[in-house]
Amino acid sequence: MGMDIKTPAKAGTMESNDIYVIVQPNDEGGIIIELESIVMKQFGKKIKEVILETLEALNIKNIHLSAKDRGALDYTIKARVETAVKRGM
Amino acid sequence: MKNILGREIPEYIEGYGTVKAFKGAFASLREVERKAVKLQSAEPTEKKVLSSIKDAIEKCTIKDGMTVSFHHHLRNGDYVLNMVLEELSKTGIKDIRVAASSIFPVHAPLVEHMKSGMVTGICANYMSGPVAEAISRGELKYPAIMHTHGGRARAIESGDISIDIAFIAAPTCDTYGNINGVEGKSACGTLGYAVPDAMYAEKVVAITDNLIPYPACPIEITQEYIDFVVEVESIGDPNGIVSGTTQITKDPVGLKIAKMTSEVIEASGLLKKGFSFQTGAGGTSLAVADYVKKLMQQKDIKGSFAAGGITGYMVEMFEEGLFESLFDVQCFDLKAVESYRENKRHQNMSASMYGNPHNKGAVVNNLDVMILGATEIDTAFNANVTTGSNGMIMGGSGGHSDTAAGAKLAIVVTQLVKGRLPIVVDDVTTVTTPGETIDVLVTERGIAVNPKRQDLIEKLEKTKLPIMSIEELKQIAEKMTGTPEKIEAEDQLVAVIEYRDGTVIDTVKKI
Repeated sequence: MGMDIKTPAKAGTMESNDIYVIVQPNDEGGIIIELESIVMKQFGKKIKEVILETLEALNIKNIHLSAKDRGALDYTIKARVETAVKRGM
Repeated sequence: MKNILGREIPEYIEGYGTVKAFKGAFASLREVERKAVKLQSAEPTEKKVLSSIKDAIEKCTIKDGMTVSFHHHLRNGDYVLNMVLEELSKTGIKDIRVAASSIFPVHAPLVEHMKSGMVTGICANYMSGPVAEAISRGELKYPAIMHTHGGRARAIESGDISIDIAFIAAPTCDTYGNINGVEGKSACGTLGYAVPDAMYAEKVVAITDNLIPYPACPIEITQEYIDFVVEVESIGDPNGIVSGTTQITKDPVGLKIAKMTSEVIEASGLLKKGFSFQTGAGGTSLAVADYVKKLMQQKDIKGSFAAGGITGYMVEMFEEGLFESLFDVQCFDLKAVESYRENKRHQNMSASMYGNPHNKGAVVNNLDVMILGATEIDTAFNANVTTGSNGMIMGGSGGHSDTAAGAKLAIVVTQLVKGRLPIVVDDVTTVTTPGETIDVLVTERGIAVNPKRQDLIEKLEKTKLPIMSIEELKQIAEKMTGTPEKIEAEDQLVAVIEYRDGTVIDTVKKI
């Protein structure tokens, strides 16, 4: 049984090289990711992969996550997603 | 066909003509000719002042297909280009080419004139904002032509660009067309980029918001080139014309790059009596200047000149006696404007004197050290300052290629990764400046020297600086970011990148 988001929460900033992540409960079930990124064309797929992997590692099955990426590296993405999720649990 | 850098370019481009392929930075130096200028000689009693831009346009006998030119000393505060195009649009003229030395966000109304078919061609040395984006989306009928600052002067002198009417934004102008840039509410300092336009256009119109009685000494652009003078309420927004004082970066990464760069300069052996130097106005470039300043003070070195678009920071070094003179094509801030007005050794230079490869020697040839930026640099040291990594036009050479070609030591300074994008890549999206003219790349993670500069490698290897190959720097960058996916550009060509000698170094495709 996976953990769920109970309350909306956020982590990160809109600064360059950071990513701003907002998580919300998803009553419909499943994982919804909305991503905006300044490097969408070059790294959009990779960023989504990192977000999904992070959610998987945290055992999250139902979530609505929106992210505004300003060129964050993978470890920043992981950290922001994890923080937002833990704040929302 | 492919040019010497392996870039695929067409042999003929509609709206541009036959393509001359780039053959190397100095391959075109030879005997050249300047074009002859057709002009209407003045009767002794003729008056030049007209009551409106509309009158000036009528007097200049406009026709479809002509080229009108503008200069960019009013930068993002410029009203003149928009005012003139607005008047032109009322005449129903079409198919005109706008030859502007640079285009800024303030020139957004030009996009509508592109869509209406009035403007079908654009030449510029630099462009950012809505016009650049519209061109990248393919909204201009013919590909834009991107020049360098020196290359534009060359193109005008040779007749590659034939200007029918030049419009000169004149901060102060007298009733007989003498112009100075140091007085009036829109004072912007030197007018170097407008000089070739004034000398080679068939008709020249001065547009001023400070019309004064004859003569407007100290004169920078003189009466024998000017057909008409028009007074308007305002030629520009002072807040956009000159920036406030640009600050030295406080970013530790930028400061580290700057310090290492100053150590490269010191190790090169060029930092001695008579030293000459140019740098841009960005925060990291100014930080380099600051470290160089400290070295010059410590070692009691007096330089010969600093050049470029001059900032208040260079003025401070000059006033402190670290340089004998300043060469200035465009003042970047109020302090530079004031210095240029007050100090005789703060010398103006035209765009041709600054960087034209086809004259008898430009100021760039006298430069020891040039500090440059880059959006991307590839493992052959080719630099891109024209497009972003996504292929969108967001800049242009300006003086980048000119100074790189002329300076004894051309250094690109940049962070290794910006907003997740690796800056060192296998192939730059667009070549602006050929790698053969770039000597050193300084990043926070290491310094790469162009292999053709073995002399420099030997000198730098004696220091403790982190010297490595550019391929190693590329690997470090990609390890941090991952490998970016290739961006698919469409086939439609939206811009032709001319090297300073008029050969085509690259093209930009629609995105």
